[in-house]
Amino acid sequence: MTYIVKPKLRHPALPVNKLGFTHRDYEGTVSTLCAGCGHDSISAAIIQACFELAIEPHRVAKLSGIGCSSKTPTYFLGQSHGFNSVHGRMPSVLTGANMANKDLIYLGVSGDGDSASIGLGQFVHCIRRGVNMVYICENNGVYGLTKGQFSATADKGSKSKGGASNMDTPLDLASMAMMVGASFVGRSFSGDKEQMVPLIMAAMRHPGPCFIDIVSPCVAFNNHAGSTKAYDFVRAHNEAVNRLDIMEPRDPITVEYAPGTTEEVALHDGSSLRLAKLDADYDPSDRIMAMAYLQAKAARNELVTGLIYMDRHATDMHANLNTVDVPLNGLSEKDLCPGTKALDAFNASHR
Amino acid sequence: MPTPVKSINDFVVKFANVNGSGSASANEMFARSILRMGVPVASRNIFPSNIQGLPTWYEVRVSGHGWLGRRGGVDLMVAMNPQTWDKDVASVDPGGYLFYDSSRPIPASKFRDDINVIRMPLTEICNAVYSDPRQRQLFKNIIYIGALAQLLGIEPDVLENLIGEQYKSKPALIAPNHQALRMGHDYARDNLAGACGLKVTRADGVKDRIFVNGNDAAGLGCVYGGATVAAWYPITPSTSVAEAFAKHCKKYRVDPATGKNKFAIVQAEDEISAIGAVIGAGWNGARAFTATSGPGVSLMQEFLGLAYFAEIPMVLIDVQRGGPSTGMPTRTQQADLILAAYASHGDTKHVMLFPQDPRELFEFAAQAFDLAERLQTPIFVMEDLDIGMNEWLCEPFAWDDARKYDRGKIMTADDLDAGKLFGRYLDVDGDAIGYRTLPGTHPSKGAYFTRGSSHDKMAKYTEEGDAYQEVMQRLLRKFETAKSLVPAPVIHQAAEKTGYGVIYFGSTAPAMDEALAALKEEGLHLNTLRLRAFPFSEAVSDFINAHEQIFLVEQNRDAQMRMLLVNECGVDPARFISILNYDGTPITARFIISQIAGRMTMTSREAAE
Repeated sequence: MTYIVKPKLRHPALPVNKLGFTHRDYEGTVSTLCAGCGHDSISAAIIQACFELAIEPHRVAKLSGIGCSSKTPTYFLGQSHGFNSVHGRMPSVLTGANMANKDLIYLGVSGDGDSASIGLGQFVHCIRRGVNMVYICENNGVYGLTKGQFSATADKGSKSKGGASNMDTPLDLASMAMMVGASFVGRSFSGDKEQMVPLIMAAMRHPGPCFIDIVSPCVAFNNHAGSTKAYDFVRAHNEAVNRLDIMEPRDPITVEYAPGTTEEVALHDGSSLRLAKLDADYDPSDRIMAMAYLQAKAARNELVTGLIYMDRHATDMHANLNTVDVPLNGLSEKDLCPGTKALDAFNASHR
Repeated sequence: MPTPVKSINDFVVKFANVNGSGSASANEMFARSILRMGVPVASRNIFPSNIQGLPTWYEVRVSGHGWLGRRGGVDLMVAMNPQTWDKDVASVDPGGYLFYDSSRPIPASKFRDDINVIRMPLTEICNAVYSDPRQRQLFKNIIYIGALAQLLGIEPDVLENLIGEQYKSKPALIAPNHQALRMGHDYARDNLAGACGLKVTRADGVKDRIFVNGNDAAGLGCVYGGATVAAWYPITPSTSVAEAFAKHCKKYRVDPATGKNKFAIVQAEDEISAIGAVIGAGWNGARAFTATSGPGVSLMQEFLGLAYFAEIPMVLIDVQRGGPSTGMPTRTQQADLILAAYASHGDTKHVMLFPQDPRELFEFAAQAFDLAERLQTPIFVMEDLDIGMNEWLCEPFAWDDARKYDRGKIMTADDLDAGKLFGRYLDVDGDAIGYRTLPGTHPSKGAYFTRGSSHDKMAKYTEEGDAYQEVMQRLLRKFETAKSLVPAPVIHQAAEKTGYGVIYFGSTAPAMDEALAALKEEGLHLNTLRLRAFPFSEAVSDFINAHEQIFLVEQNRDAQMRMLLVNECGVDPARFISILNYDGTPITARFIISQIAGRMTMTSREAAE
């Protein structure tokens, strides 16, 4: 994400990651979203997460649907292939892409209109199929590109810019994701980069269906008094259950926490996740409790953020499909075509 | 009373049964036994959208001449379903035969006096031997097959061998089935001697041909064509394509060393998701397909526009059924032509292939993946329920082991490093096809953004009219390129010079072959063109322009192929006389003959006056 066109020259002192890439290598084109849009902060967090993880940008495939959020993949990872598909259908396109090549990192970017209304079926089924991906919903409660209609995640009683009240029950995508088998569920706020970046990093290292719901205020149509997705409202009602840190195997521990308030979780690649517990009783490995906790807090108008749930023994769709270890898109005639001998036998069995 | 029909190796047997009674496999065995006698058969299931209890029919046309279309009419009705008795009795040709279960009396008024009745107390025979209700039902089917075989002269060994092959993995079932067969055979020998004038005698008309259904062929064609990803949603009559693909993959595509699969199949939540996954996989370099029917193609429209505009290879097998809406899910039509040809909003055109039988379907299914990757666009394989869900006698499938897949224009990391200019939608070769890169190819070159929104030739978003139009014009030129790559039409010149031509396609072919032979006998000559693909090559318009009158035979109401031909070839619509069969049953030779002969003799009479 970038607001302004930057010169191509790079300062020799720009920090590089272990691949030798600078932050700039993870950027995309200039954002065309409104100044102050929460989505741009999320793009920045994605760039930061990929930089810190030292991911080769071309090993990421970024896919989206239609809407403001779905425009953002052009604003980050300019060296990655991107696919802006049709409204609400990113999950199926991502599923197929993943079936074809299990070796890439799949980043799905969607919005609340895209995921909770037209694409609700695909959202649910892609997760229950166990697709290894990071699915980010940039959730602002409105349809921005069509100028401010309520979306299905708008809270009951939330007011539109024109003063109308939403009377429909909101959908909570994080709860639904847990219900249908997401093995990693997080929620964050676009105004909290410190929380977003490690969440995205952890999700990118997690080998299963990851869903992150990021409340991302729409400055043009949903940032007024009476909206429950406005910057002020979210800041006032944000209930973080934990803070995350990603630690590489040899990272020194620099921050001291009171005993019993941190937990280290080993990740699949040897690094680990350190959870600083803000709610001492919250256990993100307990799916049932997490679902109840979300509901209880929501009833009190509080927005639970942080790592909500993680299954440490996650698997993915390819394990279920028992596919070969190499990507299917790399197989040739030799691997795929049974040849004339087999065909002769087929013919013989049909006489 | 007309004379009882007497015929050797040329008649139609129709079985009327109740769905779910186990009759299907017994009836199919009957058809296979005639094939094993060296006599060609064409069999067709006429079944309801139901699992158990509704009427179902199975028609076996025995044709020593090798005519494989539906003939029309019935010479021997095997009436096993009281629900449809009246209709079944009425459908027998005068002089034909009615075989029925005479265990319960049926009033004389329920029969016709111009047909021959063959009575066999099947239920009585069955109940005397079997006590288990399921056994009574299943063996009743085998008993009537035994009796019919005796009546028609099918050699008992042939049926016994077929049973042996069918139950190879369950040998305990062989002896009881043999016993049931013999019970039927013996009853007919002892009680029904001379009752039937229809006979099967050994012949050499089958040769090395195989008996196979189209959906099985399509699934196998996808395996041979290198498909690794399939996503689908169950819908009659296409479900068995996906099932066949899965079956063949399990047989041919499991790595023996690891036990792991060289394929991925997802049963999606709907057709929209199915095609979405296929597009995602095609974008990412796997050969991917979906199989569906008309209602599914309707749901896939938006995505088809994306695949067309973003130029993503994919294959869609459309097993056409009767429409519109839910229509006739278990009946056949060729009525998705317009839906597929111009699928999606905006200006689009899609490639379609029209296989004539399972053999050609096997080939086209495999070839569709080459075409999809070469042309970077959706390829529709337009089969139908008649081909897909019936066993057809066709030439054995063939493959060339030296054949390489045409993966189309893909730029590799080496190409990019060598400094080749990459622009996703640049026409560098003059064939209107750009080069694509696959995700993950190169760390710093060749990445691009795929989108359904308007883009320029470098794949950048644009709302500039000129840049958009340039892409749209190139897509039209790409469609021109397709004309030279798709299967050419099959043209046949009549023995005598004629101003009449006939155009047909798909499952109409066998009925057409027979009709043409019969018309020729009557001195009516027509040149023929069998369409095998859309877009139409120049040979098609040349053929049309070379004839004063063209009979255009289709299995839909609105003459959809005529619309396409008039629209795409710019020919005079007045040249066409449409012959349309769309009642849901496969077109018959008798229908085509009557339509064409009527018109041709009428016109020649007019000319004489």
